[in-house]
Amino acid sequence: MAAMATTALPARQGTLRRDLWWLEPALIFVLFTAFVLYSIYAGLANANYYHDPYLSPFYSPCISANCSHLTFGVPIVGEWWNLAPAIFIVGFPLSFRLTCYYYRKAYYRAFFWSPAACTVPDARATYGGETTVPFVWQNIHRYTWYAAVVITAILAYDAILAFRMPTASGGHAFGIGLGSVLMAVNVVLIALYTFSCHFCRYLVGGRHDRFFGRRVALRLFTLVSRMNTRHGFYALTSLVSVGLTELYIRLLAMGVLTDPRIVFGS
Amino acid sequence: MSAETPHEVTVRVWRGEDRATGRFEEHTVGADPGMVVLDVMFKVQAEQVPDLAVRWNCKAGKCGSCSAEINGDPKLMCMTRVSSLPANEPITVAPMAAFPLVRDLVTDVSFNYEKAKAIPNVRLSPRGPDGTRRMYQEEVERVQEFHKCIECFLCQNVCHVIRDHEENKQAFSGPRFFVRLAALEMHPLDTHDRLEMIRAKHGLGFCNITKCCTEVCPESIHITDNAIIQLKERVVTEYYDPLVWVKRRVFGEKESTR
Amino acid sequence: MTPTIERDEREYDVVVIGAGGAGIRAAIEAKMQGARTALVCKSLFGKAHTVMAEGGIAAALRNVWKEDGWDVHFRDTMRGGKLLNSWRMAQLHAQEAPERVLELEEWGAMFDRTPDGLILQRDFGGHRYARPAHVGDRTGLEMIRTLQHKAVELGIDVLMECTITKLLLDDGHPSGAFGYWRQSGRFILIRAKAIVLATGGAGKAWRITSNSWEYTGDGMAMALESGADLVDMEFVQFHPTGMVWPASVRGVLVTEGVRGDGGTLKNSRGERFMFRYIPEFFKAETADNEAEADGWYENKKDNRRTPDLLPRDEVARAINAEVKAGRGSPHGGVFLDIASRRTPGFIQSRLPSMYHQFKELADIDITTEAMEVGPTCHYFMGGVRVDPETEASTVAGIFAAGEVAGGMHGANRLGGNSLSDLLVFGRRAGLGAALYAAGQRAPGAVDEHEVEEAARRMVAPLERGASLTGAPTPEAEDPYRIHSDLQTTMQDLVGIIRTGSELEEAVRRIGALRERLDRVAVKGGRRYNPGWNLALDLRSLLTVAEAVTRAAAMRTESRGGHTRDDFPNPDAQWATRNVIVRMRDRQLALATEPLAAPPPELQRILSGEPAKTEPAIESTVPTPAGGFR
Repeated sequence: MAAMATTALPARQGTLRRDLWWLEPALIFVLFTAFVLYSIYAGLANANYYHDPYLSPFYSPCISANCSHLTFGVPIVGEWWNLAPAIFIVGFPLSFRLTCYYYRKAYYRAFFWSPAACTVPDARATYGGETTVPFVWQNIHRYTWYAAVVITAILAYDAILAFRMPTASGGHAFGIGLGSVLMAVNVVLIALYTFSCHFCRYLVGGRHDRFFGRRVALRLFTLVSRMNTRHGFYALTSLVSVGLTELYIRLLAMGVLTDPRIVFGS
Repeated sequence: MSAETPHEVTVRVWRGEDRATGRFEEHTVGADPGMVVLDVMFKVQAEQVPDLAVRWNCKAGKCGSCSAEINGDPKLMCMTRVSSLPANEPITVAPMAAFPLVRDLVTDVSFNYEKAKAIPNVRLSPRGPDGTRRMYQEEVERVQEFHKCIECFLCQNVCHVIRDHEENKQAFSGPRFFVRLAALEMHPLDTHDRLEMIRAKHGLGFCNITKCCTEVCPESIHITDNAIIQLKERVVTEYYDPLVWVKRRVFGEKESTR
Repeated sequence: MTPTIERDEREYDVVVIGAGGAGIRAAIEAKMQGARTALVCKSLFGKAHTVMAEGGIAAALRNVWKEDGWDVHFRDTMRGGKLLNSWRMAQLHAQEAPERVLELEEWGAMFDRTPDGLILQRDFGGHRYARPAHVGDRTGLEMIRTLQHKAVELGIDVLMECTITKLLLDDGHPSGAFGYWRQSGRFILIRAKAIVLATGGAGKAWRITSNSWEYTGDGMAMALESGADLVDMEFVQFHPTGMVWPASVRGVLVTEGVRGDGGTLKNSRGERFMFRYIPEFFKAETADNEAEADGWYENKKDNRRTPDLLPRDEVARAINAEVKAGRGSPHGGVFLDIASRRTPGFIQSRLPSMYHQFKELADIDITTEAMEVGPTCHYFMGGVRVDPETEASTVAGIFAAGEVAGGMHGANRLGGNSLSDLLVFGRRAGLGAALYAAGQRAPGAVDEHEVEEAARRMVAPLERGASLTGAPTPEAEDPYRIHSDLQTTMQDLVGIIRTGSELEEAVRRIGALRERLDRVAVKGGRRYNPGWNLALDLRSLLTVAEAVTRAAAMRTESRGGHTRDDFPNPDAQWATRNVIVRMRDRQLALATEPLAAPPPELQRILSGEPAKTEPAIESTVPTPAGGFR
């Protein structure tokens, strides 16, 4: 398609672009596909998701009775749930990312080719945008954000626990391992992603026309607006970080790797 | 004035009065330092094709008349320097694809002027007792970004909703008018509510936020993030948010936090 | 050729020709008065030259300096114009500008704000206090867009890409306007009871100009042909700061706001040379040392204004002199430096378009480097002579407002006074035209012979071009070449500094170009054919160029925007005389006429006393009588 001859019509039949416009959607396609495939594998595995003191973010919060490491100490979901604990909670982060304005752009381009890149013709003959089912459901994004905030808090809790290393004597001591660093970085990126969300920006100030007498709203709006300009960057980096963190913990639990760590006062 | 050795620049420029019979024509003219694509068109006019149709006005990126597709990228001819384009191949200059062709590089952009008529103008609350209206810089800045629009219609041209789907032109007004509607909706003193109109008449839901409008905007307006998405969220609150709906049912009153 | 010319035909009460700030404002007013109104644009709606205005709309709003007032604004305007202004226009302008600005805000304009939420005003050349209301450096865009939306709201008929080439009269009253659609090339006859000209100036006659292709003096030429007077045509403003490099953007405007916000002019030695060019007339109010000049930005009471912000004519001449003395920048301008004086953040927020413009077009980052600037043809002070109250020309039913009209700015216009001029007199012209139209039963009768002749004249270049095979010949002149030769003539001989012999030479050359224009031949058809459009525009452009040149030759002194090498000083005899240009038997005829002196009350303001009375604005506005049914 890129090789559309320059004698062609400047009509709706091709693009005159001769740059590597397909590169970005292709990379996104590869990244997302790889992430989804790995997630299916990791989510169904139902094992190797905890390596003391690290809990895989795919399995957090771990709340069903069959968990090997309960986030809140006690199960919230009873024994009737016999699938992998990850499946129980996967919907929350998944729906947040699926309805996210950045991801929408990315997958409409890379998977739907609607359009794959600017001035490249839309792959489909008819188009209704987000006016029809199922795309009209993108409008629930704000509720998925509230859930994402809760998940972020839990991941932060997990990241704190990741610095509480088991000692030889059976107790616990403060320590730093590669896993704790990964989990900390991951939760920071996820927090940046979550709080740079377009709905968050709307909620804290964007919904107002007037900022007079709304100093807090203005400051938050200014802050979130600044973060929002990098929303796409956070969306991708946090995706990569959550995947890598999961993979790292899995490899630890499987005994493939050993975690380099320094434990203080042991 | 520059000591640069003069070299030549070749353009493939679209000629014709309709898309079926038109074609690209190649012309080579002498290059000047700092030349923009519009300068090349002037030279072609003055030296080779006196009737080459090009629409332009200010030649300084302020009026938004000389929109075209340069090597497939929607751009202003007056702000695209020849030196910014690959030197070893001809520069392809084509008219905007989303609008009917008038002749050569000129298209009929009346679609945009018709859509503009469907937007009710600003209606401000009355002046204060001292005869003034008070608005604060931090409030107006958000709207000022939208007022930077020079109506080059490059965003309209690149938007696949109408570029690739002629049938959507009825129900969808395009990014330029979401920028205009956002400016009105976010005006600190405007009293008019246009959300139903934005949803139903101007077709905000057709936008799938693929952001090409933002990419091509010569004024760097964050069309998608600052106008369209913020409008989408306002429309959600108004029409798609079940909690807001329940709240209205229970408390009756329509929320007016804006 | 058939005897009846095939054409579109429309009928209105008022037709406004030109859709820049003045034209749209006039159309809005006429429409609000109930007149059936048409607004004719030479290009697309909202693209007119008003968008190029950057710095601001001068109005004594008193938001920043309480000491300001219409009297101070009036005095600044008159002094900037070297007292050659129509005092009544300057007075009305100063009095009504604030209300026009507030009205613009009411219609949606979003000006920059003061900390307490009012419209912010900035420093500008020749203004005693920070006066122009502004939106960063794109005030003109804000203004035209606001007016455009208002016009749409009112449902005014807008005729886009339509060029008017002839006004039609019937026994001294308008019967309409004749022209063509650019997109189709079809003729159009607009019958109307009253006509408002708002076509701007004719800067396209110069090579280095901030003006676009549209600026070909159509309104001035058509007014002359209809029998109206032009006034002050010798006064052409060269904006001191246009881009000089790269060559292809030479002339593109650099806003005076750069200097208003702290930028300063320097020569190749790094000297702030403006201190050496303070004229006697402005000595008392201008700082003579750098410390005072820099202090003035913060404290206007104890410091005098920086000479960087002298009126435009003074600054343009100073730059011209520095370059001639060999102290110019590498590309033949001088340096305009804001980078070393203000923070990058400040520059980017106050002057975003300038930042963008230099970055994109010249690869220069103005937050770290100085700009190179030089004079560029910018504005016509002169134009159609009008009645200050109604903007009626000397021909009944023809009105003029904005740059096409003369008188308001005298010998030199202050920055910021143009946009306010457009609003104040645009409105008055619309009102005047609506009232005039209300008194007429119908548009005058159309003289078919006149229409036929105009049409024949318009298609002639194409008919000559149809037989053209190869390159243009002496028998078949090329419009682009004629235009280029005119630009060379005006740039070389009728520039900032003029002399008698060169002006005579210019008149001779323009005459020769006019003969060549009679043989102009254009290839192609009528549909969107820029060569043909230019050939038609050249007629007006040559007429106006001749008017400027001959008026300049007549005024044997130097004053404001008119500087004569052979008469380097102001001449008291010329201090109260205007040059009037008329067309009689298809030839330009020039005369001088005395300028009316301001009444004692205004004389006192000019000598520095504050006004004793509040402006009586209401009494000056005629009340509509009758109306439309």
